[in-house]
Amino acid sequence: MAEPVIDLAGVRKTYRTGSIEFEALRGVDLRIDAGEYVAVMGPSGSGKSTLMNILGCLDTLTAGSYRLAGEDVGELDEIDLADIRNRRIGFVFQQFHLLPSLSSLRNVELPLMYGRVHGAERRARAIAALERVGLGDRLDNRPGELSGGQQQRAAVARALVGEPALLLADEPTGNLDTASSDDVLRLFDELHAQGRTIVLITHEREVAERAQRVVRVRDGLVVEDRAVAA
Amino acid sequence: MTWTETLRTGWAAVRTHGLRSTLTVLGILIGIAAVILTVGLGLGTQKDVSAQISSLGSNLLIVKPGSSTDSSGVRGGFGTRTTLTRADAEALASKVNTPDVAAVAPEKTTSVSLEAGDTNWTTQVVGTTPEWLDVRARTVANGTFFTAEQDEQRANVVVLGPETAKELFGTTRVVGQTVTISGHDFQVIGVLESQGASGDSDLDDVAVVPLSTAADTLVGGQSREAVSTVYLQAESGDQLSAAYQEATQTLLNLHGITDASAADFTVNSQDALVSTATAVYKTLTVLLTGIAALSLLVGGIGVMNIMLVSVTERTREIGLRKALGAPPWAIRRQFLVEAGVLGLGGGVLGAALGIVAAQVLPGLLGTSVVVSGAAVAGSVVVALAIGLVFGVYPATRAARLAPIDALRAE
Repeated sequence: MAEPVIDLAGVRKTYRTGSIEFEALRGVDLRIDAGEYVAVMGPSGSGKSTLMNILGCLDTLTAGSYRLAGEDVGELDEIDLADIRNRRIGFVFQQFHLLPSLSSLRNVELPLMYGRVHGAERRARAIAALERVGLGDRLDNRPGELSGGQQQRAAVARALVGEPALLLADEPTGNLDTASSDDVLRLFDELHAQGRTIVLITHEREVAERAQRVVRVRDGLVVEDRAVAA
Repeated sequence: MTWTETLRTGWAAVRTHGLRSTLTVLGILIGIAAVILTVGLGLGTQKDVSAQISSLGSNLLIVKPGSSTDSSGVRGGFGTRTTLTRADAEALASKVNTPDVAAVAPEKTTSVSLEAGDTNWTTQVVGTTPEWLDVRARTVANGTFFTAEQDEQRANVVVLGPETAKELFGTTRVVGQTVTISGHDFQVIGVLESQGASGDSDLDDVAVVPLSTAADTLVGGQSREAVSTVYLQAESGDQLSAAYQEATQTLLNLHGITDASAADFTVNSQDALVSTATAVYKTLTVLLTGIAALSLLVGGIGVMNIMLVSVTERTREIGLRKALGAPPWAIRRQFLVEAGVLGLGGGVLGAALGIVAAQVLPGLLGTSVVVSGAAVAGSVVVALAIGLVFGVYPATRAARLAPIDALRAE
């Protein structure tokens, strides 16, 4: 059996503010295989964001284990985590997080810059990623010159450019109108059809229904894990 | 992320906030320009003073009456005895007493009014011996200098400085003319070559007469034998200190003084004069450089301030870069490079301003400003270092931001 992309076992995360401890995740087991399209749902305060930060290697575990594409990332330090994020994970954020002073091409090149891909190869890969999301004619435009939907597609291109094992999208449609949302979600569908592993965090039911599998989180625990009827 | 990319990113960030960066750079710029100028002024003054003092002549010892060992003024001779006389000068000229002294020129200086026709001009009249010309490194432009015979015969002859000749006659071609000094007619036999001003005394405004003529005709009375200065020229620079010893001993013997600290005369070398004269400027230079260095410190704090603002403003950018895989050292390096660009920019522009000002200032102030390559290179390096040093704290703060917190920042 193939190695799962994500393998969480008994993951706990405790935040400490002064003397007050808050347990955001209280033992989460989750396994996501390559090529799956999973939506993580849950109300605010459910531990959904914490789960996303853990999955994205932006935060460390308090207990349990996390294997990402076969690598145990639970024990890694900050520098190794940065490297894992760079090689394994493509992020798509609610606020796009494009750097306003850079052209879309330079924005998409950013992960490759930190991944030590240089010169013509980097440029070619960034152009290919932008063409993949339908922005081949917007290479030199800055984010301010793009519509919201286009900005989010540029952000998806940036997430794809490093050929990551996991595409992690945090409320990717939260700042978009219906048409643009549809646009971006159609892009995810296409990427899924091409065999990408996608984890989408959302609180919108209709967004979650686009996925193949829905995981519900509540009070720091996975309370539901079901396949969506095709 | 390569160095070129880091530099490009840093430069872009500096340019994005043009005004802010310019003001920060200005702080460094002013400090660097000030350092270059104060160091340049110090060096220039030192050069000027050395040039002025060496224009007196070369390898000189200068003997003056009175002791400088007292802080409370000058130790005079007893009664009416003057402490430095023509006899002293003659003793110092003796090869037996002072084998390392090449030539001796006593000077007896009085300020007197000179008349020519209906023009009069008050100037320094110097009574001396023919050796004066060599010892003081002067040359005669027109005519001749007086001879030892003319000195012995108390001849009424005078050699004028070019400035004095112009004041009296409107020209320097005045050989054969007559000048009246203190009611006595003197024949002009020569005019000196121009030498320029030395400090506050104009070397070109002078009238030189034989020492015996000055003593008998112009001064007379009890102080006729006194001389105001005796210039000794050593055989070479190496023999200067030997000549110094010999001259001091000769004069102590002659004056019957056993305790050197009770000497009623002072022997100075040019070096001593240079160092005395430059000591003040050195103190001043150190003081001014200190102030300039302080302004650099303030400039550095400006860099730190702006970098902290920049880090706060770009928290989300830092978070994003970290999420995309930037390790802490890459973030730190990026902000350090930015601070370094600010410092280096200030350094280069400040050096340019300093060099330009060094060309303009001498015309305005009349003092030389010597811009040394070492000072320029040094201050550019210091400016870069200031940028980097004051960038360390903001850069470290940026590097330590947690990516999740940074991403969520407003």
